[in-house]
Amino acid sequence: MHEKVKALVINYEKCTGCRLCELVCAVYHHGVSNPAKARIKIEKWEWEGLYIPMSCKQCIDAPCMNVCPVKAIYRDDELGRVLVDENLCIGCRSCVAVCPFGAMGFDPVEKKVFKCDLCDGDPQCVRFCDEKAVDYVEVTREPLLKKRDAAEKIAQAHKRGLELSQMEI
Amino acid sequence: MALSRRIAYIDLSTGKVETRPIPVDIRRKFLGGRGLDAYLLYNHSKKDVDPFSPDNPLIVSAGLLVGTLASATSRTHVMAKSPLTGLLGSCNMGGFFSPELRWAGFDHLVIKGKADKPVYIWIHNGEIEIRDAKNLWGKSVTEAQWAVREELGDPDVKCLVCGPAGEKLVRYANVMTGIKNAGGRTGMGAVMGSKNLKLIATRGTMDIKIAYPREALEYNKKFIEQITTAKVNQTMGILGTPFIWGATNSWGGVRVNNFQYNQLLYADDVEPERFHEISNETFGKYHMAGCFGCQVHCRARYRIPDGPYKGCYDEGPEYTTQGAFASEVGCTSALTVLTGNYLCNQYGVDWLELGSLVAWAMELYEKGILTIKDTGGIDLRFGNDEAVIEMIKHICERDTWLGDVLAEGGLKAAEIIGKDSIKYLVHVKGMQNLHSDERATPALALNIATASRGSDHLRSRPAIDLYHLPESVLRKIYSSPIPYDGPLSSDFRAYEGKAWQVFWQEQCFMAVDCLGICKYHTTFLGATLPNFEDWAKVIYYNTGLEFTPEDLWTIAERCNNMERLFNLREGLTPDDPYKGDVLVDRYHDEPAKRGAPDVIGAYIDREKFLKMREEFYRYHGWDEKTGVPKEETLKRLGIDNEPSHLL
Repeated sequence: MHEKVKALVINYEKCTGCRLCELVCAVYHHGVSNPAKARIKIEKWEWEGLYIPMSCKQCIDAPCMNVCPVKAIYRDDELGRVLVDENLCIGCRSCVAVCPFGAMGFDPVEKKVFKCDLCDGDPQCVRFCDEKAVDYVEVTREPLLKKRDAAEKIAQAHKRGLELSQMEI
Repeated sequence: MALSRRIAYIDLSTGKVETRPIPVDIRRKFLGGRGLDAYLLYNHSKKDVDPFSPDNPLIVSAGLLVGTLASATSRTHVMAKSPLTGLLGSCNMGGFFSPELRWAGFDHLVIKGKADKPVYIWIHNGEIEIRDAKNLWGKSVTEAQWAVREELGDPDVKCLVCGPAGEKLVRYANVMTGIKNAGGRTGMGAVMGSKNLKLIATRGTMDIKIAYPREALEYNKKFIEQITTAKVNQTMGILGTPFIWGATNSWGGVRVNNFQYNQLLYADDVEPERFHEISNETFGKYHMAGCFGCQVHCRARYRIPDGPYKGCYDEGPEYTTQGAFASEVGCTSALTVLTGNYLCNQYGVDWLELGSLVAWAMELYEKGILTIKDTGGIDLRFGNDEAVIEMIKHICERDTWLGDVLAEGGLKAAEIIGKDSIKYLVHVKGMQNLHSDERATPALALNIATASRGSDHLRSRPAIDLYHLPESVLRKIYSSPIPYDGPLSSDFRAYEGKAWQVFWQEQCFMAVDCLGICKYHTTFLGATLPNFEDWAKVIYYNTGLEFTPEDLWTIAERCNNMERLFNLREGLTPDDPYKGDVLVDRYHDEPAKRGAPDVIGAYIDREKFLKMREEFYRYHGWDEKTGVPKEETLKRLGIDNEPSHLL
């Protein structure tokens, strides 16, 4: 893995809950509209307006890879992703059971597991998400972006504090 | 395949369920969604059917492109005979219900009969069950949905639900899905209530095969860019529809104090920016939400900032909520708008109708036709925020005399109240006008007068008429796909060419409703948005069906004529003050008092209006006087032998 490797970065606050990512993912990989076949899913707490996109984290020490009895799951360091070799997969679903994020899917027709492959470096979920609630950025930049976001809140509070202190009462 | 979705006939009296495929030749005639609903309604109902009788079929559908890659393919359509107007009942909503219905295997549900006790319908992967809804009856719109998810053990179940207002047969009760997506107008929720049907729950994991996946993806990308680069949609994505109210109020296009003024003064607290601020403060910077597959995201999330409902989560408001709970009733408080929004969403009631009726009752109270005795002690004067909120509850619960009367809708209420009350009612075909005032805009006036479901802005409104677009731009839009070389005018006060614009928009909105796409994604508020040409392509990439833009135009004509046939069968005649294609006298007799210089003094000229209506009928191929489709029109469209009972 090298420092230019990119990863899916999810900023759930930006998610509008439209589920276009689910749709384009299923169409890109299976040629069908069916969220059950998407590698990304928006989990919703509708009664408080909370939407959280969930997808594979491409773990370094990936539980799915470790548990696979036939070594069908492997790392591709070039794109920083974990892949399934469908020809080797025996459909035991151990990886589904062990994944802490529910990111491994199972296709009952093909009888194979499936997971996010980052669309070979052009993730369609990112391409179609105008809000960039799902983004594709270099792994080293992710914390920098988070820092900036958090700092912005502090900066705003600071500005507001100044405004208040200058107010004539 | 998108074309493999079936139609289900569900009889709630007998519990019998039958499903059938939808033949491709029917698709080629009616596409799906609203158009096919109109065919089904005409074929599955008898003349003069009582809207609350078991024989009134409730038809629920997904458009042809719902769930596919055509941007915002989220729309659910519901049709039945309306308990409000006695004519066509029809509503359309966004959200996530109809894509789920398609993943569960169905495009159209024809629900007949009446259950002997409260039930709900559970539709999952090709199977349909009628289940007991004892525990759901009486629950609010959201409580009922969360309860059924709990019962079925799946948080992804999507519901179409009627709220307490529908159970109480309020004649303008909504069907709802999610927090606030509402199929409003014409009381389809009351039809659900009359059938003892609380809710339809659905969940599906069945493939909808996309005919040309790569092409569909690429075209969708371009399609979305076309939609999201339109300035109007960018504004909508920040401020939601409230921005429309703000813009309209600024030039004097909203009804105030029922119909006495046309601009709300001292309105700072109900301007779009104020609601934006409240959402920012109570929810956060990223507070806009979208319906299925939509990148416009016009739905704001917020919590009520104060008052008895402080902290309650809700979505909206829409520009019609500002109309209903600010301008029409003469109130200027954001809190009243947000509280009204929340209560109506929970009761499942159409606030356009409700707000307009409360405003009418207020004018009656002002004029002494209603007294404090009639209102049950409520001081029903304009601008009384508390009275407005109280009236929402009394109407939805029908627990006071006036609440019960207003729940019957304007025409029935006017009959009960008597005196001169009808004179002040602002309606078309017995459906209240939304909050807008069309006196300065003949095109918009013709639109509400002739819309197939009663006074309505979503059937044929040429909203871009307000932008003073150059004639060349108008010509580019309105002479495709069918050539038109008649007059077109950039002046919104003109009468020339407006009939064609209204006709064209009616065609456009019918097509988009057949496809199940949101109207913000077509020529409605933006002049550069997709229509017939683009739809021919998205239909092909997603379903493999080949149509020319002209074919789609003809289909829209056919579907519009089906709706016309239904309305005529149920008693529409052009000049009937209660069921006709007419405006109330106030549009003609009372000039506008406020607003921009070219709005002050405006009224709709009777003669010019009638001429415009004749022209509109002519474009439709209807008799200019009777408004009845000519034999040759029906023959050309292949609907000269209805009912033909093909489905």
